[in-house]
Amino acid sequence: MESKYRPGDKVRILQRNQPGHVRTPIYIRGKTGVIERIVGSYPNPERLAYGHSGLPYKMLYRVNFKQSDIWDDYDGPADDTLEIEIYEHWLAPA
Amino acid sequence: MSEHHHDHDHGHDHDGKPIQEDTLPSLEAQILETAVRELLIEKGVVSGDEIRRAIEFMDTRGESLGAKIVVRAWTDPDFKELLLSNSADALREFGIDMKPMELCVVENTDEVHNMVVCTLCSCYPRPILGIPPAWYKRRDYRARAVREPRAVLREFGTELSDAMQVRVHDSNADLRYLVLPQRPEGTEDWTAEQLEALVTRDSMIGVSDVLDPAEARA
Repeated sequence: MESKYRPGDKVRILQRNQPGHVRTPIYIRGKTGVIERIVGSYPNPERLAYGHSGLPYKMLYRVNFKQSDIWDDYDGPADDTLEIEIYEHWLAPA
Repeated sequence: MSEHHHDHDHGHDHDGKPIQEDTLPSLEAQILETAVRELLIEKGVVSGDEIRRAIEFMDTRGESLGAKIVVRAWTDPDFKELLLSNSADALREFGIDMKPMELCVVENTDEVHNMVVCTLCSCYPRPILGIPPAWYKRRDYRARAVREPRAVLREFGTELSDAMQVRVHDSNADLRYLVLPQRPEGTEDWTAEQLEALVTRDSMIGVSDVLDPAEARA
């Protein structure tokens, strides 16, 4: 399965209005980070949660963010980071 | 049962403290879990004994396996490289298969201190560390670890200089995380058992460092 993004790509997390089971926390939506690695393809948890097969597989990435890009008033050094796993359909190029 | 269900092991607190409810929604989920579990038993899908035995098995796992893996990485550079690049193969040497999850080992360095949280629920490398501590599952840890990690670390007694980078890992999907702490200086001639005694559960979650060799030896 082809991955749309590569490590080092700048990406923005989409602000999808999607009720139900999602694995993209609200605090990270709309934020811009960098692809840290391609994790691999997995069944879609948003469908698995409701008893569906979760097919077709979705590509999962680890994305690295500067904490100061997530929180306006982050109280710590500019270098502090956060890494989180995001599925491809929640990403757009930044 | 999917792995996601195992993450919601309500009413199973091993710290000996009374169960503290966070908010009403979580209480509703507990009622739902009780109802579904009782219905499954009533309909003969699972038996109460099967559930009891599964919980008992989960109870037998503690953090000693995690400590063994850390010490092996400290003393065997080839294993450490394998652990960081292909954790599934490295874990196989310990008889562990975490599929469908995958273990992501994050290494502490002089520049970076790693810390792990699951903001959505309580994802944790259970096959390696056993059941997570109660505080790891609480909303205050889960919310604050991403928001103000240094304040949380301070509350665990861990003070880091601004020259160090704090890197928080939100374990929100299919990976599970293990922090590989740094090996303390002055332990070059220590045995594996002595080294394992330094590696605490909290150091592998990333809220504190390993024990001080000077204190441990005493």
